[in-house]
Amino acid sequence: MDALVQNFFNVAIMRAAAPLLLKGLLMTVILCLVVAPAGVLAGMGVALMSTVRRRWVTWPLIVYVDFFRAFPPLVLLIFIFFGLPFVGIDLPAFAAVVLAFTLNASSYYGEIFRAGIESVTSGQTEAARSTGLTRVQTLAYVIIPQAVRNVLPDLIGNTLEVVKLTSLASVVALPELLYAARSAQSVTYNPSPIVLAAAMYFVLLWPGVRLLSRLEHRMIASR
Amino acid sequence: MTDLDRFVFSFLNVEVMRRYLPSIAEGFVLTVELALAVIVTGLALGLTLAVVRSLQIRPVNWLIILGVDMLRAVPPLVIIVLFYFALPHVGVRMSGFTATWASLSLVLAAFSEEIFWAGILAVHKGQWEAARSTGLTFGQSLTFVVLPQAVRLTIPPLTNRAIAITKGTALASVVGVPEILSAAITGQSFAANPSPLTLGAIAYLILFIPFVVAGRFIETRFAWKR
Amino acid sequence: MFIVGPSGSGKSTLLRCVNRLEEPSAGAITFDGIDVLAPRTDINGIRRQMGMVFQSFNLYPHMTALGNVALALRKVLKMSRTEAADCARAALTRVGLADKADAHPSELSGGQQQRVAIARSLALSPKIMLFDEPTSALDPELVGSVLAVMRAMRESGMTMVVVSHELQFARAAADRVVFIDHGEIVEQGPPARVFGDPAHPRTREFVARIAGHQ
Repeated sequence: MDALVQNFFNVAIMRAAAPLLLKGLLMTVILCLVVAPAGVLAGMGVALMSTVRRRWVTWPLIVYVDFFRAFPPLVLLIFIFFGLPFVGIDLPAFAAVVLAFTLNASSYYGEIFRAGIESVTSGQTEAARSTGLTRVQTLAYVIIPQAVRNVLPDLIGNTLEVVKLTSLASVVALPELLYAARSAQSVTYNPSPIVLAAAMYFVLLWPGVRLLSRLEHRMIASR
Repeated sequence: MTDLDRFVFSFLNVEVMRRYLPSIAEGFVLTVELALAVIVTGLALGLTLAVVRSLQIRPVNWLIILGVDMLRAVPPLVIIVLFYFALPHVGVRMSGFTATWASLSLVLAAFSEEIFWAGILAVHKGQWEAARSTGLTFGQSLTFVVLPQAVRLTIPPLTNRAIAITKGTALASVVGVPEILSAAITGQSFAANPSPLTLGAIAYLILFIPFVVAGRFIETRFAWKR
Repeated sequence: MFIVGPSGSGKSTLLRCVNRLEEPSAGAITFDGIDVLAPRTDINGIRRQMGMVFQSFNLYPHMTALGNVALALRKVLKMSRTEAADCARAALTRVGLADKADAHPSELSGGQQQRVAIARSLALSPKIMLFDEPTSALDPELVGSVLAVMRAMRESGMTMVVVSHELQFARAAADRVVFIDHGEIVEQGPPARVFGDPAHPRTREFVARIAGHQ
């Protein structure tokens, strides 16, 4: 028991590591604030383009979405960070992480928005167009607000996944929360900083997890 | 050398690929083993927890909810790192394979417990009442009436979640398991050429594209009616 | 004008071609001297002047009744927010729902929803109103309120094209009845003649069958 507390919940070590971990947390937050909006925008773009019912538009989009959903994000990151320099594209770690995770996240967001747009009945479009709204106005004021509302739990869920995804950036030595925790561990030779990092992720994401759980149950209850 | 030549030499170098094909093929087998192990234990544990939760024993349910929330909120890589790098400090040593398997199984169990539980709740109360009124026990009602309906409802979200978590097997490369990604990275650094990465990428696509496409199909067949 | 005919005869399709929710494969549609089908025609401009009311209401569930009516006023007619709200309130008053302005569609009965849908079209001051089976999705006791609104619109001089199975109402309110079957006009004329003394055997059969039901 003593060994457990000494190694996992060592307050002295946690206190010493806290400033480093907070810096890491800041980097994690910055990454999320870049990747999540970029992924949402790109995903919305993908979903809107797939409302154009032309094969030469929809097929490449399906390939894009399925390709990046099939590809483990860590593999994508390694490919971009370690592979691309061989052809002269040498991205710094931050840019490589943002690119890899945005490609990954946009495919998921794209699929979610597409499902949302399809969940709005065609009568809505007809009603809006019959009052003279243009195609774009119809999407903006009638279809998209309903689509987003219909898939809100999935959107929140995917955003939580994006936050957790950023921990992979530690593999390319970007100093986010997990990387900071591992550095602190190797310096102190005590794993308490990793426990502290896990606790920080939990505190950061727990409200989202609870909210999601409630939304999902409400959605099922209303069926 | 033109740009195209340089690209082909770097990423599609047949000679390098041939050299590292065997080790990546071995990695492929390992990834498949790891993935199957995670899916089997993760789903089994998730279903068990959901059934336990349906017994409605207050303190037990709170424990389950807390555990599930923690596993849903903490990144899988952090859990793997805890298992592999932290547990040895208290005398619990395990291989990278075991650490990854245990971590991903727990994460899948947490997510699938939520999904199974939602499925059980979604089965209409009348089904329980009808089953109990014909003299079936609680266990029989659950096994023969409620679970079959619940599982059908949960197929689309479970497929998606299982695919997402199985892709996490690539995280095993961080703890030294020679699965696909690890074999590809090793190959790349030995050959000083990224073609093994291309090979690894192709291996992942071969493994996961069928599931993604199948998931798309299942989603339209069994879609949750909202 | 009423368009009647058996299900699947092409009544709704005809109506939806008028404002090009569906593209006709042949023929001509002229509205106020403008060729609706010409490629250069501003179809959104035309649609603004043609109101349309749907069988399934198609109200926007994420907006209040007022929001439903005001949206096109703001975005198509470019009214300010307050102007649009005043105008929308006036339209809701015309259909007898001034007190429901802040209700969401899910809080309204089917008849009330359909009246909001009528107000949504009416607010744009259309020159013609198209009704696609406006009462078919309603419980029988709610039909009357919608028909009353339509009758009041007719009395105020609105041109209306109605696809409906309410033959009683057609007989009382229509100037002209068109009977369609298998995608073509079988016969047309004043309701008293089409219903009372149909010239074509198919019309006779249809009228007899519907009359038997009512």
